[in-house]
Amino acid sequence: MDGIMSKKNSEYLIERNDNIYEVVIGLEVHAQVTSNSKLFSSSSTKFGAEPNTQVSLVDAAFPGMLPVINEYCVKQAIKTGIGLKAKINNKSVFDRKNYFYADLPQGYQISQYKYPIVGEGNVILDMPEGQKQVGIERLHLEQDAGKSIHDVDPSNTLVDLNRSGVALMEIVSKPDLRSPDEVNAYIKKLRSIMRYLGTCDGNMQEGSLRADVNVSVRIKGSTDLGTRCEIKNVNSIKFMQMAIIYEANRQVDLIEEGDEIDQETRLFDTKKNETRSMRSKEDAHDYRYFPDPDLLPLEITDDFIDQLKSEIPELPDDKKKRFIDEFKISPYEATILVSDIDTAKYFEEVVAKMGKNRDMKLAVNWITGELFAVLNNKNIEITQSPISAKNLAKLINLIKNGTISGKIAKTIFELMLDGDIDPQIIVEEKGLKQQSDPKALEALIDKIINDNREKAIEYKQGKEKLFGFFVGQAMKASGGKANPQLINEILKKKL
Amino acid sequence: MTEITSLSLYELIKNIKEKKISSNEVAKSFVDRSQKSKKLNAYVTENFEKCLKLSKEFDNKPNYDLKLPGIPIAVKDLFCTNEVRTTAGSNILNNFVPSYESTVTQNIWNEGGILLGKLNCDEFAMGSSNETSYFGNVQNPIAKDLVPGGSSGGSSSALAANLTPVTIGTDTGGSIRQPASFTGTVGLKPTYGSCSRYGIVAFASSLDQAGPMSKDVKDSSILLEVISSFDKKDSTSIDFKRNNYSSELTRNIKGIKIGIPKEYRVDGMPGEIENLWKKGIEYAKDCGAEIIDISLPHTSYALPTYYIVAPAEASSNLARYDGVKYGLRSSGESLIDMYEKTRSEGFGEEVKRRIMIGTYVLSSGYYDAYYLKAQKVRQLIKKDFDDAYNKVDAILTPSTPSSAFKIGEKSNDPVSMYLNDIFTVPVNLAGLPGISIPAGRDKNNYPLGLQIIGKPFDEQTVLNIAYSMEEKINYKNNITDWWME
Repeated sequence: MDGIMSKKNSEYLIERNDNIYEVVIGLEVHAQVTSNSKLFSSSSTKFGAEPNTQVSLVDAAFPGMLPVINEYCVKQAIKTGIGLKAKINNKSVFDRKNYFYADLPQGYQISQYKYPIVGEGNVILDMPEGQKQVGIERLHLEQDAGKSIHDVDPSNTLVDLNRSGVALMEIVSKPDLRSPDEVNAYIKKLRSIMRYLGTCDGNMQEGSLRADVNVSVRIKGSTDLGTRCEIKNVNSIKFMQMAIIYEANRQVDLIEEGDEIDQETRLFDTKKNETRSMRSKEDAHDYRYFPDPDLLPLEITDDFIDQLKSEIPELPDDKKKRFIDEFKISPYEATILVSDIDTAKYFEEVVAKMGKNRDMKLAVNWITGELFAVLNNKNIEITQSPISAKNLAKLINLIKNGTISGKIAKTIFELMLDGDIDPQIIVEEKGLKQQSDPKALEALIDKIINDNREKAIEYKQGKEKLFGFFVGQAMKASGGKANPQLINEILKKKL
Repeated sequence: MTEITSLSLYELIKNIKEKKISSNEVAKSFVDRSQKSKKLNAYVTENFEKCLKLSKEFDNKPNYDLKLPGIPIAVKDLFCTNEVRTTAGSNILNNFVPSYESTVTQNIWNEGGILLGKLNCDEFAMGSSNETSYFGNVQNPIAKDLVPGGSSGGSSSALAANLTPVTIGTDTGGSIRQPASFTGTVGLKPTYGSCSRYGIVAFASSLDQAGPMSKDVKDSSILLEVISSFDKKDSTSIDFKRNNYSSELTRNIKGIKIGIPKEYRVDGMPGEIENLWKKGIEYAKDCGAEIIDISLPHTSYALPTYYIVAPAEASSNLARYDGVKYGLRSSGESLIDMYEKTRSEGFGEEVKRRIMIGTYVLSSGYYDAYYLKAQKVRQLIKKDFDDAYNKVDAILTPSTPSSAFKIGEKSNDPVSMYLNDIFTVPVNLAGLPGISIPAGRDKNNYPLGLQIIGKPFDEQTVLNIAYSMEEKINYKNNITDWWME
């Protein structure tokens, strides 16, 4: 794009008329709590059910119905807070956020306003230029609204209340993010932490993770914050990045033209790739927050928090450190392997199944290379991998102990895809075992040299690149099974 | 034998248990009398046929171990009743039939009670005279064109007129005690958290509390025992050890300390109220109680505090009546237009007034000055009582600053109407139990009540004091059946 400079890998600066601007971004992420039932009712939260089949009298706000807090959702929020290295508040309060909308049956959303359940914390991002810490302002629990469907009936809006009352965690970051790349890393890291904790599945297609994006710009080096605009309800990382780029440039253009930026709420139009004003500050809703008199303040003891702390699994940052220390892999490799809990689990299972003579280099390469390629092609998750960790470990061991060459391994890998076949069986059935008998290989090479006498002479006269020709011939003659290292050694000796 | 309908609940239970009368005979008597009393306009929805049927079923398979064996009971139309229309006195719920039952009414049916009908009340319990009901004014059986009090006006009228042996009301700022006082009956508001709010159409959640209304104190103790229960479906329900209020009821209150708060001598209080109070103090002394002067310094702030807190909560609680899911829906050009028309046509003037007040006090820029300050004052009022209860076991005050007034007399003067709640409101703000018992008459021969306020969860002491004083006062209702043809 015109006028964008890029000094470091993830830096995002906008240049206009000799002014260099940086963008300041804060995110309010709405993460759906993984829980069987809703925040204040016992209705199911299962995704994809028929409209209005998961709605209790409480969710539909019938007269006299009262909310009762779901303890499991509270635990999930606290666990997430612990994962964000945040302060867990012993006392928090549920407030009512009052506004009218057809998919908000109560006429108010139960949320937390002044006293959230989780306070300040932080998240570490692994950026190409090093680590970056992003501050967390707070995390609070709130109800989701239902869904208004405008495109089914030509003259009416239909309402589906299945989502009404589902528990959300709103995670508010400090304005610490400076580029679309950092936003990408931040969302992925949050998602990763929550998936490790089992507190949010992070499924953006199903709307389990959405964000309001606060964007402002300022001259690079300035410490003042510019007037911000909030882009509401963006539901993919790609759209967040597109919206930020559009919005930051729009703001810079306004400033350069001497105009003021209005503090306002904007919407991102994914088709036109632009943000549009939704409402100005003057038109902002007055939500008339007040403590919900149907609910007592939420009091959490230190013992309760300690108990949950003891249930926290190893999180990505710790796992990465351990992978580096214990498995001697590079920080870069470790970052890739821990980023998703299922990948980390798969990797650890491969490592365990490889046994004593494990080869970390091979394990990392096969997972991040061949296996990832297959998953990408098939567009599936590692949990649906056509090759089990156990069989991949076997394949790696077959390479490691010299039974097969790396090249043959790739052939076997392809064959394994069809039903997770044990590579040992493929080796035996197809006779793919590597030829490592020096005598047999010597005989084979003698024949090749004999058949290509002229080339052998040329090689001896100094045409060294012909060595590759002989290796190729030898491999071909062995049906690819010859041990390449032995071939090299024997050829060097014989030629 | 005296007429069945003039028997107390206790006597009805006794007669049914001793098989002297059947449930069906009792039901028939109350249905007959109710049908002859339509002029009172006490009922919004009758359940007479079903009640008669269920009473027969009870007689065919009686269970005398129940606390309310086959007793027909009409209830305030604020309690949601399964498959029986529940209107809260509002046009917006005119057609609303719940598919669920409130915990309090369910407790009654579980003990053998049978629903007789749904009783008129002020719209969403907002009112002190039952004049805000969409279903019209209710007559006080004491005299023609006299209000029965409110908001549980249908309940007090039906009770005083012997259309139901006992009833239940709800009390947010005095809605049980004031109508009891206006009709010469007994009304008890229990400690906040005693009776579940589940299934009760909400007015102001932090103040609403259901309670018994009866002809005498013993009957209230029987009914309280049935309706007071811990309920997981209400997060503000409190799990405390509840007494067997009726069997533990005693007139032995010797040595009990009763406080007389000087701040309840308000300006312009009629002499007859002052005299009633003085007489009450003498009765209490006669019962063996020790009288102690106390101070509740923040009393004068209670009414303004109440009229901020209650409308604030109401403005939010009533947001759900939007025409989208149930109840009245007026057609509109757009969603907003539909909301506006539905709520304009569905709500009455007083409800709209309180929604406006509530919306205002919660608005940004006004929240701190009104709602937040009111919450702070509420704590001070509560502390006044806490301090007083270091010295006394209960507090005696008048129930209302006047007797029942004429229909229409105050309906155009909301502030004068609100002043009716001056003695009852502090009790709700502090979450305490309070009872009103009939204690005398004014110059028109209209009943006047005295209020006994207790410590939290100490309904037993409140009932015991009321029970003792009731005997000394020996109030007799002098209702003629003037409304019958």
